[in-house]
Amino acid sequence: MNEVATVAGAETGPFEIRDYLRLELMPHFMCPGCGHGIALRALLWAVHELGIEKDKLAVVSGIGCSGRVGAYIDANTFHTTHGRPLAFATGLKLARPDLTVVVISGDGDSLAIGGNHLIHACRRNLDMTLLMLNNEVYGMTGGQVSPTTSEHRLTTTTPTGNVEPVFDACRLAAASGASFVGREVTLQAPALKNLVKKAIAHNGFSFVEVMSDCTEIYGRKNDLGESPEMILSQKADMRPEAFGNVADQPFRPHRLATGVFAELDRPEYGAVYRAQPAFRKG
Amino acid sequence: MSEQLTPLHGNHACALGAIAAGCRFFGGYPITPSSEIAERMSRELPKVGGVFIQMEDEIASMAAIIGASMGGTRSMTATSGPGFSLMQENLGYAAIAEVPCVIINVMRGGPSTGMPTRPAQGDILQARWGTHGDHPIIVLTPASVQEVYDETIRAFELAEKLRVPVVVMYDQIIAHLLEGVKMRDADAPLVERKWAGSEADYKPFATGDDLVPAMARPGDGHRVHTTGLTHNEAGFPTQHPETVDRVTRRLLDKLDRHRAEIEKFEAVDTDDADILVVTFGISARAARRAVRIARAEGIKAGLFRPLTMWPFPEEALRAAAKGAKAVLVPEMNAGQLSWQLERVLRDGTPIVSQGKIDGQPITPDEIVARLREIRGS
Ligand SMILES: Cc1ncc(C[n+]2csc(CCOP(=O)(O)OP(=O)(O)O)c2C)c(N)n1
Ligand code: SF4
Ligand SMILES: [Mg+2]
Repeated sequence: MNEVATVAGAETGPFEIRDYLRLELMPHFMCPGCGHGIALRALLWAVHELGIEKDKLAVVSGIGCSGRVGAYIDANTFHTTHGRPLAFATGLKLARPDLTVVVISGDGDSLAIGGNHLIHACRRNLDMTLLMLNNEVYGMTGGQVSPTTSEHRLTTTTPTGNVEPVFDACRLAAASGASFVGREVTLQAPALKNLVKKAIAHNGFSFVEVMSDCTEIYGRKNDLGESPEMILSQKADMRPEAFGNVADQPFRPHRLATGVFAELDRPEYGAVYRAQPAFRKG
Repeated sequence: MSEQLTPLHGNHACALGAIAAGCRFFGGYPITPSSEIAERMSRELPKVGGVFIQMEDEIASMAAIIGASMGGTRSMTATSGPGFSLMQENLGYAAIAEVPCVIINVMRGGPSTGMPTRPAQGDILQARWGTHGDHPIIVLTPASVQEVYDETIRAFELAEKLRVPVVVMYDQIIAHLLEGVKMRDADAPLVERKWAGSEADYKPFATGDDLVPAMARPGDGHRVHTTGLTHNEAGFPTQHPETVDRVTRRLLDKLDRHRAEIEKFEAVDTDDADILVVTFGISARAARRAVRIARAEGIKAGLFRPLTMWPFPEEALRAAAKGAKAVLVPEMNAGQLSWQLERVLRDGTPIVSQGKIDGQPITPDEIVARLREIRGS
């Protein structure tokens, strides 16, 4: 584990999410059943098990329902502009290598408006972690098509079904040079927590795609059922009979692989910059 | 104290001014005629333990310097017209989140790609109103290489002290001009940002009479939320009408409260001037000579030159224009400053715009010719 500030010598004890939330902001804005909440919990659980001090945790987020999640975390939180959180985080991490920097972003935020920043962040390999909450849609703005909306799906801007192909974000990140790449579904919260832990502990740029769900808008529009049905269908083979035949209407028609896809020992950008001969410690 | 002058190009003076002012982070994207600033910063910053990064575009550059500044580091970027346009959204973020940062805009001909290697002064209204919504911003317009050095330092001082983005604007000619510069002593004291202490009732956007909130450095224990959403004194989003009105007015009043230290201008022979020439930057150098020539011919001309373009030194201009029968505004755009003067003077004094938009600098002779015309009429 590298550059992660931990509570010295302390056993972290059982995870209590309240210890990491700004309770004064409750109730939160998320719709019942929104997968973003599970992602938030997984992140805080990982932070807890890694023993990261809240004072040394910086959470940088973009704009979207995903971006609003950051405000609830009792840490140094920066809610930035649409698509740009990685660029803000790049400056923050270079100025403050002592901070653990986690970026929370959406599929639109990371892959559409922020696509350029994503590939360059992957390429540079600065030590931070991006959690891209992929709900296949622009949740915050009312359900428009996104670069990960599955084919044929209905959105408010694809009234007769989406005809655009999707991005495979993990392959994009890996091809761009991210030294840690993984994907997990919200159905398996402990597995998601463990993946996020690995990603934060990894020294370099970590890309984690969290398969989230927008129950209220995307689920309803496409008749994908309630939250449990959507979450269970993230892994088709785990969907019990009780929820009907997944072949009819699975949330994600092509089962996406989960797990760690890349874990490389590449030079970390900040360390390389500071190792150049001209560099004097200020 | 060294009285020696160091020969420097404008863009290099800008970079060295930034280093002298304590700048330790630069994020930028190459663009003519500003690139020498980035190039010089890439060499100077490592030597002082600072970080230079060439970002993937100007949107990212602006975001990165805000990120670094929120981490507690004095930060800067440099660009020209097309890049300045791309920075506007995040510039608004710096204004509402009150993040100190310095943006250098070396102006070239526009709109769009325009004339990359020709000078212009066409961005002064964009610098004031380029980002959406009502917002505070400071814009400085130096006219010599020495002033580029000094005003870059002043930009950092104002940005840090008032927690506001500060834009320094000059043009392609000053950028590449070679002039002697008196450098600041290496041990000159730096203006410090107002940092939060360990107070238990700390509110990140609450202020005293100076209307400037104290900033919490990440890691110092306050665990603040920073957002571009309209936020209350605690830093959290709000749409409560009274709160929104209160916090937004405080944000706008902040610069008014500090006008005296922000405003800077030069007034030459304005006391008895019949014709007041008002201009800035490179055009003011031609105007200064034109005023001298005109005086020798018996035309009572004077010069008023804002070094602080925004907030505009309104009172000072009105004082300088008192008694003038006409105001002449030579500038390398189609009349942006002259439009502004109509708002500030509004006393019926004829305002003659001498806008030049052919990519060539205005000459003293051209200004003198207009002064003769005005006297004749
Ligand atoms: C520059 C800019 N363009 C557009 C918007 C409007 N907008 C806000 S959130 C959003 C999309 C969010 O989608 P995603 O990133 O997938 O996040 P989600 O809400 O689904 O979590 C858009 C287009 C904006 N805030 N800024
Ligand atoms: S609109 Fe969708 S993404 Fe946003 S909170 Fe509701 S369910 Fe979640
Ligand atoms: Mg989305």
